[in-house]
Amino acid sequence: MNFWIINTLNGLSLAMILFLLAAGLTLIFGLMHIINMAHGSFYLLGGYIAISAIRLTGDFGTGALLAVIAIAVTGVVVQRLFLARLYKQEMPQALLTLGLLFIIADVAFFTWGGDPLLVPEPRPLQGGVRFLGVVYPLYRLFLIGWGLATALFLWAFLERTKIGAIVRAGMDDEEMVRGLGINMPLVFTAIFALGAALAALGGVLGGPLLGMFPGADFEVALLAFVVVTVGGLGSIRGAFLGSLLVGLVDNFGNVWFPQLSLFTIFVPMVIVLALRPTGLMGRV
Amino acid sequence: MAESRWGLWSAIAFVLIAAAVGGVIPPYDTGLLTQVLIYGIFAMSLDVLHGYTGMPSLGHAAYFGLAAYVTAICSLKLGWGFAAAGAAGIAASALAAALFHLLALRTSHSYYLMITLAFSQVLWSLAVSWTDVTGGDNGLPGVARPSLGPWLPSVSSTIGYFYFVLAIFVVSAAMLYVFVTSPLGYALRGIRDNEMRMRALGYHVWTYKYLASIVSAAFAGVAGELYMYLNNFVSPSALSVTVSAQVLMMILVGAAGTLFGPVLGAGVFVVLQYVLSTYTDRWLFVIGVIYVLLALYAPQGALLYLRDRLKARRRPTADRTSAG
Repeated sequence: MNFWIINTLNGLSLAMILFLLAAGLTLIFGLMHIINMAHGSFYLLGGYIAISAIRLTGDFGTGALLAVIAIAVTGVVVQRLFLARLYKQEMPQALLTLGLLFIIADVAFFTWGGDPLLVPEPRPLQGGVRFLGVVYPLYRLFLIGWGLATALFLWAFLERTKIGAIVRAGMDDEEMVRGLGINMPLVFTAIFALGAALAALGGVLGGPLLGMFPGADFEVALLAFVVVTVGGLGSIRGAFLGSLLVGLVDNFGNVWFPQLSLFTIFVPMVIVLALRPTGLMGRV
Repeated sequence: MAESRWGLWSAIAFVLIAAAVGGVIPPYDTGLLTQVLIYGIFAMSLDVLHGYTGMPSLGHAAYFGLAAYVTAICSLKLGWGFAAAGAAGIAASALAAALFHLLALRTSHSYYLMITLAFSQVLWSLAVSWTDVTGGDNGLPGVARPSLGPWLPSVSSTIGYFYFVLAIFVVSAAMLYVFVTSPLGYALRGIRDNEMRMRALGYHVWTYKYLASIVSAAFAGVAGELYMYLNNFVSPSALSVTVSAQVLMMILVGAAGTLFGPVLGAGVFVVLQYVLSTYTDRWLFVIGVIYVLLALYAPQGALLYLRDRLKARRRPTADRTSAG
């Protein structure tokens, strides 16, 4: 019984980190049709910047905020300077972000070195809690709560606000929204920055668990890709369901078949894509 | 059309020049030329998929590395001969593509890009974690080059191996040339340009794509095996996304959708890597910058970009003379 509780919670905490990445990925794709290969780079940079900022300021919250803001600004720059010039050119956009993935990976390696670095846990959340006969790290519980809150926030943002309505309309028929006099380039930049900030948040909050190291960008981005492929590109609900599925399968897979690692992720993906090629919540 | 006579003649010239100089230049350079040929086969194989059929794969290292691993395992652990181990490697890649594309062909465009990436990463993670068979991160060292039989020259020397690779390059290039200039190859181009119309014309698009993916995977496997024998070694890095990205870069530097442009791309790649590695170890950074530049200025290929620029430069002068 303890085994099930602990591993389910472990899977859920991984799922929440993945959701933070997948939500941005799926929003960016849904609105702009960009496969953002550099999404993991935002995660990695976010984590690294948080590590340095926390060292500097001595406070987790300040460091986290600085990292998220820095990456949101990076997102604005990337979108305005590069991606906006390749408007509606799917393949060049993917290639561009692939290039950024390599560039950022190399810069991060140059700056922070090759050894794994952990983002320090915030002090009030250290230690464990006892419930249902198990002792479980408080920080992971906080992470699960945070992920759920973010999901709820994003849902409310998209479904209950005017900007959310513009974003949803933009996913369906961008030209019509433009025709109504809405500044779509601005919406694009804002959503790209939001996605980047969420990925950075994933790096900051996932950092104490997963650590930052060369290759972490790609490792986690790949899981996020699987999440959005399973969940359906462009759907927040799909990203949430996909995150739960992938997080849990990955965790239990690693426990039961450590030698097969990523392979266990591939199985649910195969099943979902065989039954629903556009993912669980995919559009069209 | 895409297969200009110019391309064919320059390919023949390239092979003849390579054959002539390969034996006389310093051994290190012969090694580099061997790499160009191997990457050339690899790039041509991806071009069949990406350039001709319009299926953007970011996981082509899967077939490259899989064939290398299977051949290494068959010859190291099972003691198979060269022909059997080599055939097993190519067959494994073709079979992997055949199985994988039962699923992958349900997707297209961006989904295909992501699912190929995921597939190659799955194989990569298997190679890393299935240590009993693959040797894990250490890979499988010590795979000796084959002896081709008493009546053929030895390939253990750099020069001998170069001519062996050159022979396989010529055979592969010829086979692929026949493939892409056949009616089947033209059908693939039709699918790339307008899948709907091809379907309406009665082509069974799925079967064509399926065939293209298997052929592409088989030749990627050939390149992977040659690469493995070149280094007498295979490690998980042969399956990495860096390799996939590099081969994609070769066909983008060359010209996607021409068979021999990517070979030029492979040449540029090898030379660039060699030259830069003497100045800097920021190789990933350089690849990244090249990708950004390609995406911004020449998504159809640097070669085509240069050609268009040259044409554009000629045209205004012509206009001026006619106007004046």
